[in-house]
Amino acid sequence: MLNIKNLKVSVENKLILNDLNLKINPGEVHAIMGPNGSGKSTLANVLSGKKGYEIQGEILFDETSINDIAVEERAQKGIFLAFQYPVEIPGVNTNVFLRTSLNSIRKSKGEKELDTLTFLKLIKEKAKELGIDEKFLSRQLNVGFSGGEKKKNEILQMKLLQPKLSILDETDSGLDIDALKIVADGVNSYKKKDNAFLIITHYQRLLDYIKPDFIHVLSKGKIVKTGSAELALELEKSGYKNL
Amino acid sequence: MKNQNLNINQEYKYGFTTDIESIKAPKGLSEESIKFISNIKKEPSWMLDWRLKAFKRLKTLKEPNWQKPKYPKIDYQDLYYYSAPKSSSNKPKSLDEIDPKIIETYKKLGIPLVEQQRLNGIAVDAVFDSVSVATTFKEELTKKGIIFCSISEAIQKHPELVKKYIGSVIPLSDHYFATLNSAVFTDGSFVYIPPNTRCPMELSTYFRINASETGQFERTLIIADKGSYVSYLEGCTAPMRDENQLHAANVELIALDDAEIKYSTVQNWYPGDKDGVGGIYNFVTKRGICKGKNSKISWTQVETGSAITWKYPSCILQGDNSVGEFYSIAITNNHQKADTGTKMIHLGKNTKSKIISKGISAGFADNTYRGLVDINEKATNSRNYTQCDSLLMGNKCGAHTVPYIKNKNSTSTIEHEATTTKINEEQLYYCNQRGLDQEEAVSLIVNGFCKEVLQQLPMEFAVEAQKLVAISLEGSVG
Repeated sequence: MLNIKNLKVSVENKLILNDLNLKINPGEVHAIMGPNGSGKSTLANVLSGKKGYEIQGEILFDETSINDIAVEERAQKGIFLAFQYPVEIPGVNTNVFLRTSLNSIRKSKGEKELDTLTFLKLIKEKAKELGIDEKFLSRQLNVGFSGGEKKKNEILQMKLLQPKLSILDETDSGLDIDALKIVADGVNSYKKKDNAFLIITHYQRLLDYIKPDFIHVLSKGKIVKTGSAELALELEKSGYKNL
Repeated sequence: MKNQNLNINQEYKYGFTTDIESIKAPKGLSEESIKFISNIKKEPSWMLDWRLKAFKRLKTLKEPNWQKPKYPKIDYQDLYYYSAPKSSSNKPKSLDEIDPKIIETYKKLGIPLVEQQRLNGIAVDAVFDSVSVATTFKEELTKKGIIFCSISEAIQKHPELVKKYIGSVIPLSDHYFATLNSAVFTDGSFVYIPPNTRCPMELSTYFRINASETGQFERTLIIADKGSYVSYLEGCTAPMRDENQLHAANVELIALDDAEIKYSTVQNWYPGDKDGVGGIYNFVTKRGICKGKNSKISWTQVETGSAITWKYPSCILQGDNSVGEFYSIAITNNHQKADTGTKMIHLGKNTKSKIISKGISAGFADNTYRGLVDINEKATNSRNYTQCDSLLMGNKCGAHTVPYIKNKNSTSTIEHEATTTKINEEQLYYCNQRGLDQEEAVSLIVNGFCKEVLQQLPMEFAVEAQKLVAISLEGSVG
């Protein structure tokens, strides 16, 4: 599904990712761990197509290069990024935003756009699955949301948009244990054999609830070690220093 | 990348002209052309005298020059002050008698004058250049005693009302453009709502400037008698022309005891091309008086067009407990300029006013909010709340806020909040990541920014206004 070949990324001539290689197949859950400043969030941003990076190497999604493709087209192809810091958009109802988003993606696939009523039925269902209060949907997007609510909103969007590849950028940071469980349940219930996850995290905590197939350790812009779920426990004990 | 392939400048959709023979007044501003207008409208002599008095006064006035947007000198002798489609010199009595070409023009504008309009429940008084061509729904309104007609017709049929109220809010001597309008106004709408009557539908006027080198000087007078309610909507478009056209309208609103007037404008005059050539000078005087106690006047404006917009829809809060509101969205793109805001003059006790202004600038545009809140000595326990937000897109445009605040008693309070923000890259990125392209993202964010004002519009027009907001800003980011 995703194949990153020799990826080099720099910002203002400062090299951040250096010769990174990563392959993700459908049905797999990959976790990327690493110390602060190792380039984890840069990787998430570059995969989503955010501007402002100089890029060398190749990113293939479903066998085709997405290097020169705009952010929205990548989203339409099925790449979803759950943000570390979801932005507030004042005056825009969460409902309206989610419907616009879903319909943009449907439109790009040549599917019929959903009318308001059909959409409301669908979104209420999804919210219920995640234990999110309906009232939440008529609030302005992320405005005045607590940290936990913002992250839950990201997971709700993921379940609504049904992406092929979901990238979670430190979704666990700042969450209490209940919110963490909701986020993890959201991911686990969405996990299917034809979609995949790339979970970026600083701590092992989230991985108690979401079991990854592979763990990669990112250090100084490179994957320095790859292992199974046990690697996370090891790291928790001995830290990143030994790598 | 896709962003670069965006349609950079949305063509002005309403830029067609209609080829109709017209009758024009002699060129230039003179007693002769004023008499021509008065004569062709078969006005009574008191009206002509009033016009001539205004003209005399005009000669002593100078064009104001304190506004932010400057413009080249207007040659008032080079304009036609009256232009009417020839076929209407004998005014049509029913829709069937109207020149099909005019009906066609309105169809292109999306205003159906015919029966299907009943479905919309909106009565339209359409002004084509200087003459009101048709007023629909007249019968239904007449039953309730509501008068909704052209001002020309009102001068003939309801002289007592016109005589009593015209110039009572905007006096003859007010300022240059208002006085010019009083001398040469050609047509416009007249509304009278009898006591304790709620107007059952939105009343609407659609203005359109067609002939070249004409100024459009409409005059609108709305009177809401005791305990009545009316909601009025005005929409404006003009064909694309290279030269600048002057639009200097006067709108007067009068609300008596316990009456309420809601006046909404969606202004989409031709803004000029992307280099700033052509476009309308929209220099309009709009003022309402809350004459009676517990009365209310609410202005809502969505200003997206015109080369220069220069107007301050205002409220004089004379009656005790009266309320004035001003909700505004002013969007300027390319080389457009706007200097707009409001005046809230508190005279009565316990009067309240609220000002919500949203200015959006893109391209090389310049957008100024200018507003006066004046609470008089006797207007005890009065309150004002003002919120002015500016949104900038790109780094070549400007936004300015110029509030004038006067509080002359100790029991009243005034609050003023102002913000200036740039459209946020992170917000755009977030929207893009959710599959929205650049245009959709801008439209969503800007409509969110304007929400408090948009929700004041009558339902039928809120959707249109949202689209207009999006269209006006197409190609401004990316």
